[in-house]
Amino acid sequence: MQTLLEMRDITKTFPGVKALDNVNLKVKEGEIHALVGENGAGKSTLMKVLSGVYPQGTYDGEIHYDGQVARFNGISDSENLGIIIIHQELALVPLLSIAENLFIGNECASKGVMNWPETYRRTEALLKKVGLREQPATPVDSLGVGKQQLVEIAKALSKDVRLLILDEPTAALSESDSQALLDLLLELKAEGVTSIIISHKLNEVRRVADTITVIRDGSTVSTLDAATEEITEDRIVRDMVGRDMSQRYPERERRAGDMLMEVENWNVWHPEHATRQMIKDINFHVRAGEVVGIAGLMGAGRTELAMSIFGRSYGQNTTGTVKLKGQPIDTSTVAAAIRSGLAYVTEDRKELGLVLEDTIQRNITLANLRDVSRSGVINEAEETKVAERYRKAMNIRTPSVFQKVMNLSGGNQQKVVLSKWLFAGPEVLILDEPTRGIDVGAKFEIYGIINELSAQGKGVVMISSEMPELLGMSDRIYVMNEGRFVGELDASDASQERIMSFIVTH
Amino acid sequence: MSDTVSPEQKTQTNTTTYLLGHLRDYGLLFALIAIMLFFQVVTDGVLLKPVNITNLFLQNSYIIIMALGMLIVIVGGHIDLSVGSVMGFVGAFAAVMIVNLDVPVAITIPVCLVVGGLIGAAQGYWVAYWNIPSFIVTLAGMLVFRGLSLWLLEGQSVGPFPKSFQLLSTGFVPDIFGVDRPNVTALAVGVIAACAIVYLGMRKRARNMAYGIEDEPFSFFVVRNAIVAGALLFVIYKLSTFRGLPNVLVTMGLLTIVYAFVTEQTTIGRRVYALGGNVKAAKLSGIPTERLTFLTFVNMGVLAALAGLIFAARLNTATPKAGFAVELDVIAAVFIGGASMSGGVGKIVGAVIGAFIMGVMNNGMSIMGIGIDYQQVIKGLVLLAAVIFDVYNKQKQR
Ligand SMILES: Nc1ncnc2c1ncn2[C@@H]1O[C@H](COP(=O)(O)OP(=O)(O)OP(=O)(O)O)[C@@H](O)[C@H]1O
Ligand SMILES: [Mg+2]
Repeated sequence: MQTLLEMRDITKTFPGVKALDNVNLKVKEGEIHALVGENGAGKSTLMKVLSGVYPQGTYDGEIHYDGQVARFNGISDSENLGIIIIHQELALVPLLSIAENLFIGNECASKGVMNWPETYRRTEALLKKVGLREQPATPVDSLGVGKQQLVEIAKALSKDVRLLILDEPTAALSESDSQALLDLLLELKAEGVTSIIISHKLNEVRRVADTITVIRDGSTVSTLDAATEEITEDRIVRDMVGRDMSQRYPERERRAGDMLMEVENWNVWHPEHATRQMIKDINFHVRAGEVVGIAGLMGAGRTELAMSIFGRSYGQNTTGTVKLKGQPIDTSTVAAAIRSGLAYVTEDRKELGLVLEDTIQRNITLANLRDVSRSGVINEAEETKVAERYRKAMNIRTPSVFQKVMNLSGGNQQKVVLSKWLFAGPEVLILDEPTRGIDVGAKFEIYGIINELSAQGKGVVMISSEMPELLGMSDRIYVMNEGRFVGELDASDASQERIMSFIVTH
Repeated sequence: MSDTVSPEQKTQTNTTTYLLGHLRDYGLLFALIAIMLFFQVVTDGVLLKPVNITNLFLQNSYIIIMALGMLIVIVGGHIDLSVGSVMGFVGAFAAVMIVNLDVPVAITIPVCLVVGGLIGAAQGYWVAYWNIPSFIVTLAGMLVFRGLSLWLLEGQSVGPFPKSFQLLSTGFVPDIFGVDRPNVTALAVGVIAACAIVYLGMRKRARNMAYGIEDEPFSFFVVRNAIVAGALLFVIYKLSTFRGLPNVLVTMGLLTIVYAFVTEQTTIGRRVYALGGNVKAAKLSGIPTERLTFLTFVNMGVLAALAGLIFAARLNTATPKAGFAVELDVIAAVFIGGASMSGGVGKIVGAVIGAFIMGVMNNGMSIMGIGIDYQQVIKGLVLLAAVIFDVYNKQKQR
């Protein structure tokens, strides 16, 4: 196979950070090339260089594409050559229809007048190709993330893509949606489309990739060829983190203590449609030192449950009681819930978890300003100390805690959100997809932190779509489906199959 | 990524990147100084004559006072278009109370401030608790209070005010040392303020050094402080050779210090920034976002009322036209000062400097005899340039 793309000695610096340091990347025509590495290793940055998001001149090094030296001054330059990038954050216009989104900036029109029949015809063809059964006129915000991801791919196909770049496409997807997406990639490969995929899910990488390039600390560490050698996950992990990692889940002494939190008869209705019940009569409890998992498919209502408990942040007409150590507590507002000892780490860090324009330090203390202030006046020295403490403990990769959160890599942003809630000092920590978009090493660290909390007698509720993680970390697992708890399993006799069987039979 | 940077790279970062990264902060200050020097030259030195400096403060005090409140509203992610009308309305209200109804000044002033707060509350309520866009609510307020001032004053100017009320604006702090020319009180205040600025700057620097996060080169630090302290002393010295410190300058100075402190050092200030930066995240962090938004409007109302009193006191009458289009100057000052339309970003000191830039331009162009037509055009272009500069800067940093 001949080389389609070669990036040579790419170096890119941001004020105070060398994000890429002489990185080399070689992609063969018609292959699926995986790019892996720890959070902040520079994967997204490298792809932004390639696609012209960072125009030529803002970095050093050369890009050779299709035998030519490529110089991109903007995204449109790279798109003209068939290089299409789908960013870590999706870039669809929520209120527009699928058809409108697909052809945005590239409309089928004559003299500026939209040709709707043609638009719909082409949309239907593209949707069929990506295997999405939706009407072209459906607004994008009514689709789940998985389907939105497919719309992004359809959009790329509409532009005659030759090299498709996907930055963590499956991070927010359920197992089955991920499978569908990977199958689609393989199909596209058969049609001759080359793709580069960034992912922290190494099993997926192993499944689809022909070649794997590992990046660590802004440099290329290794390039593994699946055709010539057997690539194990452990091998990839070793290159990523620079040491052997025999275990994926740290050891923990499991002991459930006294009753900590009880949620009784919890009912919640949809915030807009008062007749639609989203959470139906849920009862559950968490003991001190216990890690309780909640399993379920996307749309089972797990996030809605968590958010409604946390200060009624979701839904209306909520009924039910929350007790902490046997006493009913006030969770009517977020502030009250925090005061009562709850914390909730959201699954959507950008929209709901962080103030991106603010610094790491300010984000970490936001939910607990009381502990760094006296009579309403903030002690900045103290605040910096706190932020520094979490930077070290969580291993947040950044030149300083005064860096804007916006400039951190996805995984490091997640660590900031976690730090914020740990600093709030909760009795019960509710984690919603806590390791989404996080590398293996950092996952291990986060599991370690969860274990530490449980050793301190705190309770942890973990919502996760990654079954292995739920099975590896929880003491007990509740299975949720369509707003109800349909099963409860002890860790000792839980398995992926048993969880699934609960979901299917209800 | 590597967070260890070699020594020689480090020194380079110090000068060039630092300047690039902080172009906005320095730019604002230097823009003000450059504009002042420019007008000083083209007006043959009239601009910095003691009497004109005094005038500058008197003329712009109400804009600066409202810019303080507007900055907070804008940082919180909203806007208040009604401030000009509210200011005019409160001036009219005060005139009716004092001149027509003979209510004592000492009662009128607090009542007017409360009225301002209530107006702010009435508007803030819809914005905060009903999620009605502030642009619309305050646009309505702008019309309503413009109309109400006309109604209150029955289309006439009402005045004059008693001496005690005028002092609010045209009074001067007497020289407690009794020398009067130069006014030693003013000089003393100036020296103390200059020392305080340098001292606080040094303390902050020392603290940042201790954390290893100070990146401003020492030379920059010295030059910046020398310029700021020097300019302050110069202005105060000029004032002292005229009639000393105007009362409004004292009010303005104190308010600026208080608001800068509140926005930068207190939990409530911090929460407003978070609110403007990301409402949803702020809400999920336990911040009472509605109440906070409400309060930013109440605060704006009180400051607009104060501005209205000061303005009426200076003109010595309340006219139906008072405060007309002033909201535009106030909002422009805040944006020139570096605040962002989308909220979460902006500084009190920036807004004050922005207001001074507008004020000096108004004053300088008037001395030069430039017509109001050109003045508007030039001010508009300066605003646009400042914001373009901001956006350009941001893109370059990527
Ligand atoms: N605009 C920016 N300004 C300053 N630093 C930046 C900026 N963008 C990225 N960085 C830094 O560059 C490094 C590489 O970031 P990048 O987003 O490429 O990581 P990544 O490999 O994609 O990580 P993740 O898996 O967490 O998404 C990080 O340390 C990040 O903090
Ligand atoms: Mg990334």
